[in-house]
Amino acid sequence: MTSKNFRVLPGFRLTLGYTLLYLSLIVLIPLACVFVETSTLSWEQFWHIVTAPRALASYRLSFGASFLAALTNVFFGILVAWVLVRYEFSGRKIVDALVDMPFALPTAVAGITLTALYAPNGWIGHLLAPLGVKVAFTQLGVFIALTFIGLPFIVRTVQPVLENLDPEIEEAAASLGASRWQTFRRVILPPLYPAVLTGFSMAFARALGEYGSVVFIAGNMPGKTEITPLLIITKLEQFDYAGATALAVVMLVGSFAILLAVNLLQWRNSRHLAQV
Amino acid sequence: MGDTTTFFRAARHEPYRRATAESPRVRRLLIIGALLFLGIFLFVPLVSVFAEALHKGLGYYLHTFRNPMTLNAIELTFIVAGISVPLNCVFGVAAAWAIAKFDFRGKNLLVTLIDLPFSVSPVIAGLIYVLLFGAPGPLWPWLSEHNIKIIFAVPGIVNDTTFVTFPFVARELIPLMEAQGRTEEEAARVLGASGWQTFWRVTLPNIKWGLLYGVILCNARAMGEFGAVSVVSGHIRGQTNTIPLQIEILYNDYNTTGAFALASLLAFLGLVTLALRTWIERKKTAALHAAEMDLTA
Repeated sequence: MTSKNFRVLPGFRLTLGYTLLYLSLIVLIPLACVFVETSTLSWEQFWHIVTAPRALASYRLSFGASFLAALTNVFFGILVAWVLVRYEFSGRKIVDALVDMPFALPTAVAGITLTALYAPNGWIGHLLAPLGVKVAFTQLGVFIALTFIGLPFIVRTVQPVLENLDPEIEEAAASLGASRWQTFRRVILPPLYPAVLTGFSMAFARALGEYGSVVFIAGNMPGKTEITPLLIITKLEQFDYAGATALAVVMLVGSFAILLAVNLLQWRNSRHLAQV
Repeated sequence: MGDTTTFFRAARHEPYRRATAESPRVRRLLIIGALLFLGIFLFVPLVSVFAEALHKGLGYYLHTFRNPMTLNAIELTFIVAGISVPLNCVFGVAAAWAIAKFDFRGKNLLVTLIDLPFSVSPVIAGLIYVLLFGAPGPLWPWLSEHNIKIIFAVPGIVNDTTFVTFPFVARELIPLMEAQGRTEEEAARVLGASGWQTFWRVTLPNIKWGLLYGVILCNARAMGEFGAVSVVSGHIRGQTNTIPLQIEILYNDYNTTGAFALASLLAFLGLVTLALRTWIERKKTAALHAAEMDLTA
C-alpha cells in the first residue's frame, strides 16, 4: 500500500493506451504526412510555391479579412455580452441561445444563405445596390462571411467573466466620483482583456481556415477574392499535391504562431498582474 | 444656487437610479445596437433559409425530397454520422477517464493534442487523408493492389468526419469529470463494486448530461461538415455526396429552391441542437444545485 503507483480505480492503462492509439491513428499520423510530403520539396521549390503572386494575394485576403472580422466581433461581441448579462428585455433567453447559431449551422448552409441575402437582388443586397455597395462576389463578402462564423466566440468568452464581476468595485468607482463611462473603461474593461484576447484568437484562427461559408459568397477570382484554403483545393484538383501541401504548411504555421503569440501575451499579462 | 435648482429638478423628474446602472436612454440604445447587429448577422439569414426553401410553396418543397440523389445524400450522411459519432464518443469517455481520474506526466500536452483538430482548417483535414491514403501516399500501392478504395469513397468521408469532430465529446467530459473528482468511484470500489459496475452505476449517471451534450454537438458537426468532406469525397453523384455536398451541387446547378430545401433540413437540425443544448444546460445546473443542497443538508 505504500507504493506510490497504487491506484484504487481500474482502467488507467486501458483508457490511456486507447486514447494514445486513437489519437495517433486519427490525428497525429495523418497530420505528420503534411510535413513528410513537404520534405520531398527542396527549399527553393518550397519558397517558389509559397511566394508565388497568387499565393501572396490569397494570404493577404485570408489574414486581412480574418483579422478585420475578428476585430469587428470584438466590438460587437462585448456589446452583445454586456446587453445579455446586464439588461432584462423580452426574448433575452431566446437571443442568448441563438448566439451559438453559427456553431450549429453547417458552413455550406451559411454560405448559400449569405450569398442569396447579399446578391444584388437579395433581401439585403437590393438595399445596398442603390448605394453602390457590392457585397456578394467581392472581398467585402468574404469579410461578412467570416464575421458571421466568428460571432459567438467573443460573446461566449466574455459573458462568464462579466457575470462573475464583483459589483462592489463598480460601486467603489462610482462613490469615488467616476462617471459611468470612466467606470466602464477603467474598471470593467481591464478584467475582460484576457477573455477578449482568447475569443479574438479563436475567432481569428477559425476564420483563417474557414472554407464552406466563404466559397459561395467570394466569387473566387484568383488574386482578388481567392482565400488560401480555396487555393489549396484548386491545387489538389490539379493533382499538384506538393503545391497544396506547401500552402497547407504555411497556414498551419501561421495559425499555430497566432495561438502561441496569444498564449505568450496571456502569460506575460498574468505575470504582470501577479507582480502588482 | 443655479446648481441646486437643477439638482432638485433632476431629482423630481428622473426616477431613482443606482450609481452603477446606465441611464434608460443609454440602456435602450445599447440593447437596440446589439439586437440590430444580431438581427442582420443571425436572424435574417436564419429566416431567409426557410423563406427561400418554401419560396415555391409547400408542394414543391416536399417534391424536392423525392430526388433520388438527395435521398442518397441523406442516407449517406446518417451512415457517416452513425459511425463517426459513436467512435468519438467511446474515445471521449476513455480519454476523460484517463485524464480526469489519474495523474500522470504530460497530461497538459495530451489535452492540447486532443484539441488540435479544432485549430486545423477543414481543407487541411481533407488534404492529410489524401496524402495518407491517396495516390501520393505510402499506402497507395498496397491499397490499389487489393482494390480498397478509401479516398473518393465512403471510408475516406468517415475518416475525415471523425477527424473534424474528434475533440467534441472529450472536451465536454474532461472538465466535468475533473470537477467531480474520484471520491465517489473510490467509495464504490471500496464497497466491493467491480470496475465496470463502478463505471455504469456511478460515473455514467454523473456524466450523462455532459456526455449527451458532447454527442449532440459532435453529431451536428458530423452531419454538417463541408470543407473536409468535399476534399475526399470525389463528388460522385448518388454515391459519395453527403447533404452539404448535395446542397452545393443543387446550388451550382441553379436549383436554388432545391438547395435551400435541403439546407432547411440542416438548419432545422441546428435549431434542434441549440434547443437541446439549452435544455441540457438547465438540467446540468439543476443537478449541480441539487448536489449542493445534499452537501448542506
